[in-house]
Amino acid sequence: MLGWLHIAVPPAPALFGQLLIGLINGAFYAMLSLGLAVIFGLLNIINFAHGAQYMLGAFCAYLVLNYLGIGYWPSLLIAPIVVGAFGMLLERFFIRWIYRLDHLYGLLLTFGMALIIQGVFRQYYGSAGQPYSIPDLLAGGQDLGFMFLPNYRAWVIAASSVCCFGTWFVIERTRLGAYLRAATENPTLVQAFGINVPRMVTLTYGFGVALAALAGVLAAPIYQVSPLMGSNLIIVVFAVVVIGGMGSILGAIVGGFALGIIEGLTKVFYPEASSTAIFVIMVVVLLVKPAGLFGRTV
Amino acid sequence: MNETATMRTARRFALLGAALVAPVAFYPIFLMKALCFALFAAAFNLLIGFAGLLSFGHAAFFGSASYVTAYAAKSWGVPPLLAILAGTVVAGIMGVVFGWLAIRRKGIYFAMVTLALSQMVYFYALESQYTGGEDGIQAVPRGDLLGLIDLNQPLVMYYFVLAICLLGFGVVYRAIHSPFGEVLKAIRDNEPRAISLGYHTDRYKLLAFTLSATLAGLAGATKALVFQLASLTDVTWQMSGDVVLMTLIGGLGTIWGPVVGAFISITMENYLAELGSWVTVIQGTIFVVCVLAFRRGVIGEVVHFVSRRQRKPQLVDEPGIHRAS
Repeated sequence: MLGWLHIAVPPAPALFGQLLIGLINGAFYAMLSLGLAVIFGLLNIINFAHGAQYMLGAFCAYLVLNYLGIGYWPSLLIAPIVVGAFGMLLERFFIRWIYRLDHLYGLLLTFGMALIIQGVFRQYYGSAGQPYSIPDLLAGGQDLGFMFLPNYRAWVIAASSVCCFGTWFVIERTRLGAYLRAATENPTLVQAFGINVPRMVTLTYGFGVALAALAGVLAAPIYQVSPLMGSNLIIVVFAVVVIGGMGSILGAIVGGFALGIIEGLTKVFYPEASSTAIFVIMVVVLLVKPAGLFGRTV
Repeated sequence: MNETATMRTARRFALLGAALVAPVAFYPIFLMKALCFALFAAAFNLLIGFAGLLSFGHAAFFGSASYVTAYAAKSWGVPPLLAILAGTVVAGIMGVVFGWLAIRRKGIYFAMVTLALSQMVYFYALESQYTGGEDGIQAVPRGDLLGLIDLNQPLVMYYFVLAICLLGFGVVYRAIHSPFGEVLKAIRDNEPRAISLGYHTDRYKLLAFTLSATLAGLAGATKALVFQLASLTDVTWQMSGDVVLMTLIGGLGTIWGPVVGAFISITMENYLAELGSWVTVIQGTIFVVCVLAFRRGVIGEVVHFVSRRQRKPQLVDEPGIHRAS
């Protein structure tokens, strides 16, 4: 009996360690699926280039550090602005042309963009990861008694939570967010009230992309900066989105964190399944509640 | 002038004749690769072009069939026909399961679900002991057809592959030109209406998905014997993207589009191989150009051009998935 328990309950440091990794992954899932949901809400396209834009954020931080000597903290602002502006250009010159078509064309178009972006970076930087060091201020960590908490990881969780709930607040609780939600429901009517909907669409896409880029900068010191860092992640995020449903901003955030934690726990109890845990959960959700946990029927 | 049945038959025989003498001008291995991918793309097109379902995970069926066939031929010494059959059947069964799950959602969600399911297959292939991990299953024996004909001669293998692919194309053609195909098109164009007419659309969609997965499996199984290799490449999402691209270039919802698209894509891959990652960039650019300016694809444009000159009602106005879901 006791022997069995000993196997089933892993030592606390391992458990909390994996829980922390899960929470970190969950932070990135939440930020990315939030960006996807915001973009989908107004543009009605699934942004397949989201993973590539996350990678662009990380690379932006890496490049300004190595060529201009600009460190981590300014990068947190520079990367989202640069990549977000790039996203707005993409929206203005490419994505805009396909709004009247089936949603699937948006998926294909942004998939093509992702291939281009990733291909260019792979050509110049190879598939290997480039290191990006943790800023001095956040080096080291705290010994909490039951586990060791690196400062940088605590910062990532805090920063992404603030971003996610800030976004939620803006969309659900401010006038700007009200315009946004109204335009999601009925763009023609909102335009008739004198609001420049096309510009709002461009800005929204830019914001979603900037969120992905910010996630990329946060991820740079944890994972290495590599051209393909976003390509497998985006598929997991798609599964998160299918599980959560795109109906609710809060759903994307809570779902992202929760699934990261579940994935982390799987690593402790059944490591073989950890890479597929989220996909299995997706299958179960599809069977039980096809519209997603927080979603409306689509 | 209307296209007559005689003309169509003549064109078919001309194509068949061209396929029979093609090895004179091209390497058989190139032709076999192109044929396998043409069948793969035709299977994929059956789903997107005629049922309006975009599967972003068709590599799962292609790759799994490839693994099963390679494993059966190599480890069990199963004769080639039986090995291909085994791979195809496994892909078909997976098609039933994946289809049953995926058709619960529509549109882009459907695409994301199939993508996620195929990523599961990828992780399984990466970690399983049967698939050889990063190495894949190499040196798969082609064996003897019915114990008589040695498939190791390239020309013999070519005609064997041609026969299999023609069979596959035949199945796709029959499916499209049957009452079943008509119902699929109705579902693609207006699903609520098809439902109100009394069709159990989910059953039709599942059947189309299974058929498409089975044929994709047939293509993958044949490919395993052609290259005597089953590898991780076959189950990656990039492979799923490749087949979407082939179909898009050739023309969604056209009969010959996927075949033409596959030949264009494989030729391009052959000549651009030394460019490294630029191939990805070029593929991405083609995606963007096709979606923005060339949605009918090569064959679709030809059909559109011909029918406009003849001032007939358009056969192909917009590609298969034009209707918002």
